[in-house]
Amino acid sequence: MKLLLRLTLIRALAIVLATGGLLFLITEVLSDYRNSQIATGAYYFAALAGLTVLAGLSGRISLGHGALMAVGAYTALLLMGRENWALAPALAAGAAAAAVVGLPLSVATTRLEGPYLAGATLAFAVGLPALGDRFPGLFGGENGLTANPPTPPSWLGSGFSLFRWEAWTACLSALIVLFVLYNLVHSGLGRSLRAARDDRVAASLCGLRVGRLQTTAFVVSAACAGLGGGLLGAVVQQLATPSAFGIQLSLFLLAGVVIGGLGSLWGAIWGAALLVLLPNWSNDLAGSLSLSTNVKNNLPLAVYGAVLIGAMLVWPSGIQGGVRAAGSRAARGLRRFWDTRPQT
Amino acid sequence: MTKFVDLTLSGISTGAVYAAVALALVLIWRATRIVNFAQGAMLMITTFIASAVIRKTGSYVLGFFVALCAGLLIGAVIERVLIRPIEGGPPLNAVIVTLGLYTLLVAVAGMIWSNTPRSFPAAFSLRGYRVGSTTLLFTPNDTFIVGVVIALALVLALLFRATPLGLQMRAAAFAPEAARLLGVRVGRMLTLGWALAAVAGALAGVLVAPSTFLGPNTFDPILISAFVAAVLGGLDSPPGAVVGGLVLGLALSYVSGYEGSALEPMAALVILMLVLLVRPGGLFSASRERQV
Repeated sequence: MKLLLRLTLIRALAIVLATGGLLFLITEVLSDYRNSQIATGAYYFAALAGLTVLAGLSGRISLGHGALMAVGAYTALLLMGRENWALAPALAAGAAAAAVVGLPLSVATTRLEGPYLAGATLAFAVGLPALGDRFPGLFGGENGLTANPPTPPSWLGSGFSLFRWEAWTACLSALIVLFVLYNLVHSGLGRSLRAARDDRVAASLCGLRVGRLQTTAFVVSAACAGLGGGLLGAVVQQLATPSAFGIQLSLFLLAGVVIGGLGSLWGAIWGAALLVLLPNWSNDLAGSLSLSTNVKNNLPLAVYGAVLIGAMLVWPSGIQGGVRAAGSRAARGLRRFWDTRPQT
Repeated sequence: MTKFVDLTLSGISTGAVYAAVALALVLIWRATRIVNFAQGAMLMITTFIASAVIRKTGSYVLGFFVALCAGLLIGAVIERVLIRPIEGGPPLNAVIVTLGLYTLLVAVAGMIWSNTPRSFPAAFSLRGYRVGSTTLLFTPNDTFIVGVVIALALVLALLFRATPLGLQMRAAAFAPEAARLLGVRVGRMLTLGWALAAVAGALAGVLVAPSTFLGPNTFDPILISAFVAAVLGGLDSPPGAVVGGLVLGLALSYVSGYEGSALEPMAALVILMLVLLVRPGGLFSASRERQV
């Protein structure tokens, strides 16, 4: 058993199956509203996981992942709306399209670093959604594209909740992302990427082709973002508009990744939970207080900003880093307790 | 032909504003190696303050200078309170803090002054110059904008090149350890860098507000263009910021004039990509020594 768990593939499968089972049970008891939140969290997770693996493994950042999500969403919706594709192949095509768009972006930015990379990808995030407005015939202009809500298959019974089905679809896709990325992180490719991140020159001397490696990482993470976008457009909102994929989304993703904990898949889960729950909580808070309209309308935004600043000051290495530090502190405390216990 | 002249003139005027904000970004980047995403929100706040002062007193000049002083104060306070604790940490953390600050400032402005954009008075007439029978797309106010930005660039150049204070600031930015050993108060220099940047931003805000109107989000596109301009020029180079701002202002003006404004962001992306493909450190980057 121990030997089996040492195999990455088996371990990844075990993690995915356990998480899937847990999610299955959770969606069983939750309300429709909570289930749609889970679906939202799942598409955020897909995009964040791709981004965090990119940043953690190759040390490169992207402010353009919101636009890559747009590619996935528009591709999926176009294929479903015009060509009557089924949901699953349309989502896969969305991910593939984002990868195809990500490839030239990655090749073009391969020599850039730090703020120059950020600037180039930021310009991409701003520039690409504008195409939706420029070609209204194909992309529907400001109103965007719509889709029919996904229908639960008939063998689930006629009264099966639509929202639960959405949550299942989104979670299944997110689990696929988790499986692929977990394997990637622990594969030879992951090790090569870390080597290239830590010392580019030494890695090239060992025969690693750094540029090609980093491009691979970028394309994989673009595909994850495309899948997340497809889920957002085709499953959760059934709508894709240029404004939904503006610069705001890219910056949200970046904030989720950094606050969750850069480079860790756990961090992506924290980040996704934060992106789903924080707007919710701050809206509830604003609604429960009796304030003037101006203050009430802007309170959620203020809370969001304050949380971003506060989180960075309190947990410089993200929530996952904070959790890890707390865990090791607790373990140390326990060990000390154990050691100082009177020996009998 | 008239159209081309018009587009060139209006491109110079918007380019000057981009240049001022890009200068602010470059000052902060040089001082603390942080890309300040909150710059747009900071200049939005100072412009709102100017607007309030102008409404109360009716004096444009007073509002103008109050905005500059407010910028000085806001920049210094932000550096001291929020940026100092995260200096030397992972670079992305600073990005997130400035993003959070941006969000917070936008929300605060919305709370105090409401989200509906309001008008902002111009310093000079907004009626274009007349040449013969045609009216140019360039107004006395545009002359004022370009003049003020040129003055800003000259003052900054003088400060950094010709004064002991500028020398200390450059030393603090490029070799903090050595500068500290030689008695430069490095922390104070960084605060000053942020304060100066905020002043440059405040200036740009007051200059551009008559044409964009004034609301919590109205300056977001300007910040993005200014960032692109700063990256174009090379983030370490103030002359690069000015040139980048002008180039971008002109290019975007032509694109939106001849091809429609929807393509503007895409054009900015294409220009940036082309420049960075040839020079990954921007137009004015110095060649870098490699550490082995």
